[in-house]
Amino acid sequence: MTTSDLALLKERFETLTQRESSDHVALNCASSQLIELCTALRDDFGYDMLVDVTAIDWDAQSPRFTGIYHFLSTTKHEYLRVAADCTDDINPALPSLTSLYASANWHERETYDLMGIRYQGHPDLTRILMWDAYPYHPLRKDFPLAGIEVPLPADDVAEVTGMSVRPAPMVGGPFVSSADGPMSQTEPRARDESWNEKKIKPCGK
Amino acid sequence: MQNTTIAYDSKVEGEVIVTQADAVINWIRKHSVWPMPMGLACCAIELMASGGARFDISRFGMEVMRFSPRQADCMIVAGTVTYKMAEVVRRIYDQMAEPKWVVAMGACASTGGMYRSYATLQGVDQIIPVDVYISGCPPRPEALLDAMIKLQDKIGTERSVTNLFPEKADSTEAAGATK
Amino acid sequence: MATSKEISIGDAGARASELEGELQGETMMLNVGPSHPTTHGVLRLKMELDGDVVKKCEPVLGYLHRGDEKIAESMTYNQFIPYTDRLDYIAPLSNNVAYAMAVEKLANLEVPERCEAIRLLCCELARVSSHLLGVGVYGMDAGAWTVFMYTFTEREKLYTLFEELTGARFTTSYTRIGGVARDIPDGWLGRVLEFCKGVLPVLDQVDKLLTRNRIFMDRTVGIGVITKADALAYGLTGPNLRAAGVDLDLRKDKPYLGYENYDFEVPIGTNGDCYDRYLMRAEEIRQSVGIIRQCIDKFPEGSYYAEDAKKIFAPQKAKVLTSMEELIQNFMIVTEGPQIPAGEVYFEAENPKGALGFFIHSKGGGVPYRMKIRGPSFCNLSILDKLIPGHFLTDITVILGSLDFVMGECDR
Repeated sequence: MTTSDLALLKERFETLTQRESSDHVALNCASSQLIELCTALRDDFGYDMLVDVTAIDWDAQSPRFTGIYHFLSTTKHEYLRVAADCTDDINPALPSLTSLYASANWHERETYDLMGIRYQGHPDLTRILMWDAYPYHPLRKDFPLAGIEVPLPADDVAEVTGMSVRPAPMVGGPFVSSADGPMSQTEPRARDESWNEKKIKPCGK
Repeated sequence: MQNTTIAYDSKVEGEVIVTQADAVINWIRKHSVWPMPMGLACCAIELMASGGARFDISRFGMEVMRFSPRQADCMIVAGTVTYKMAEVVRRIYDQMAEPKWVVAMGACASTGGMYRSYATLQGVDQIIPVDVYISGCPPRPEALLDAMIKLQDKIGTERSVTNLFPEKADSTEAAGATK
Repeated sequence: MATSKEISIGDAGARASELEGELQGETMMLNVGPSHPTTHGVLRLKMELDGDVVKKCEPVLGYLHRGDEKIAESMTYNQFIPYTDRLDYIAPLSNNVAYAMAVEKLANLEVPERCEAIRLLCCELARVSSHLLGVGVYGMDAGAWTVFMYTFTEREKLYTLFEELTGARFTTSYTRIGGVARDIPDGWLGRVLEFCKGVLPVLDQVDKLLTRNRIFMDRTVGIGVITKADALAYGLTGPNLRAAGVDLDLRKDKPYLGYENYDFEVPIGTNGDCYDRYLMRAEEIRQSVGIIRQCIDKFPEGSYYAEDAKKIFAPQKAKVLTSMEELIQNFMIVTEGPQIPAGEVYFEAENPKGALGFFIHSKGGGVPYRMKIRGPSFCNLSILDKLIPGHFLTDITVILGSLDFVMGECDR
């Protein structure tokens, strides 16, 4: 994105700020102006493809969730990143871009499934990767990697086999050590120790 | 067939071989195991490669990959089984007709592999009984063929006829894989 | 005595068309998959059929969702490389390269020319491998078993090459952050050239079998037409997008790995139907063979890893076992991971299936804070619920085969 284009955009949308990025131009935008900004990007600035929609969970900070969008201009061969913070930390929500780009449909379903961000105006906001009755949003930072025990999606199979969705055993790896903290705490150990010899298996929260 | 299970003397019986019913039944079953490829992920590619010309699973009579469980003998679970897919695997297993066997191909099917996460079933043996486990990520086609040979050996030790008449079964030994 | 009686049947057809509304009947719900040979993996299609015509199609994904992105948050950058293999498990080398390049962009690291050439060779060989399978399985879906056998034999030769280079037939885990795992073996380049010589006649044979084949053309021409606007709106990339007429190939438009130094053409389709997509892939194999030959011609000497990346690439084993500094360096990289500075990066590489993108947000250290993998097959499949309705049930096989997706990178 050229500097003149960037200046034009900042003039039109006052909430836009530059976002730090290691490669492409990145902008921070308020969620209230997101649809306007994306319409302008598509119609006036030539960003005709929405290649990715995702989100980051900042865990203990506020705002907790930030939606990240990546646009590609097939004519100028440029990428652009737009980040929009969700104003609500408990029930995060963002406006849906499905009316502008059809590719947003599935990407937003996936972000809703894994992060729990509701996209307002989405035609069919249901889970896409996990099954419909799954109660959690797995990619959130407070959800353990091993998972939490829930019943299997099919009752008849659960009855016949006696199985449920169990937390995966994390004993034995992957071993990663962190760089900060006293040396006695930084020996390589599995990042997520949902259960091991010292802690019992979690049986659902 | 083992030499101990057949007897043949053309002068006495003519063109007749005397053998045990179990030996014949097992011989027939093991030399035409029709796999049902439950090809889920990367191991499915190695399964396809073993059906190709270089490794040729057809030598063992197993090139007939029947995707319909009703027509298959052996379910080869090739790939990661997620919890969402687990019900499908179990249902298809239930639809297969006896006698049936299961081969867990690869690390993911045997124990969940390197995917220790919230969505992966840690081993398909949690929902279906497995006869042969193959390690590898993915196992080479030779490893799959080796496992099928082991499965053939296992089938050879089954007591199929004995199972038909359970009241006459040996009390000392439990029956083979037919469940 | 025979009696005759006159009865009038009238025009049955006319009467049927009068009653057409009443004779309509109900639509049928049909479930294709997830365990189905057509679906190239675990994809489920919930379809509503009116006789033979599909009225509605809803794809259901997630049967192979293994939690890669969450796993990435607990692993160092190098530990995650085997997971990238299993995204597009038909062309794993290109996934490894795309991931390594994304992390290196974050670290602002330049790799030497020889490393770039090795990676480029890997990517193009992976492209040949993937398209061979794409064409082979596509032919098999349309009924041509022989094509599958021919292309698989060629892929076996590629597997031998990969095994010699990396140690594994596929799922290679060959790149590392800052370089590749090991240098190419002696004589390997010569064997690659021999393979290139051998694959073109096989392609010609496949061409003879399929391209002007009456049955194949009847099954694919005019089926599954994706318009340019649809392709852009749904985020399609790769041969699917180019078949629809959009000239976007990241190797030419945003070159990486030195692609700007090679002379190759990018085929663009006209109709966007299944036949065009088949032609795209076949032509791309030929172009890739051309690139491979050019690359081997001017293969640079030098190092296969970034030697000045002290905190990122583990040093040579001989030095690690004898020298203290390298030992400490190796220990830190293995336990804490390659130290990548904080920042955000999004890198897309032109994979055989489309554009594979990695969005990495790092807070410094050896473990990423958030990693999003943009799988091309996820976007390619999103067009299904618009594309399939209106086609016959038998066209579904052909359409799915022509889109050439793989569920590993779709569900991650």
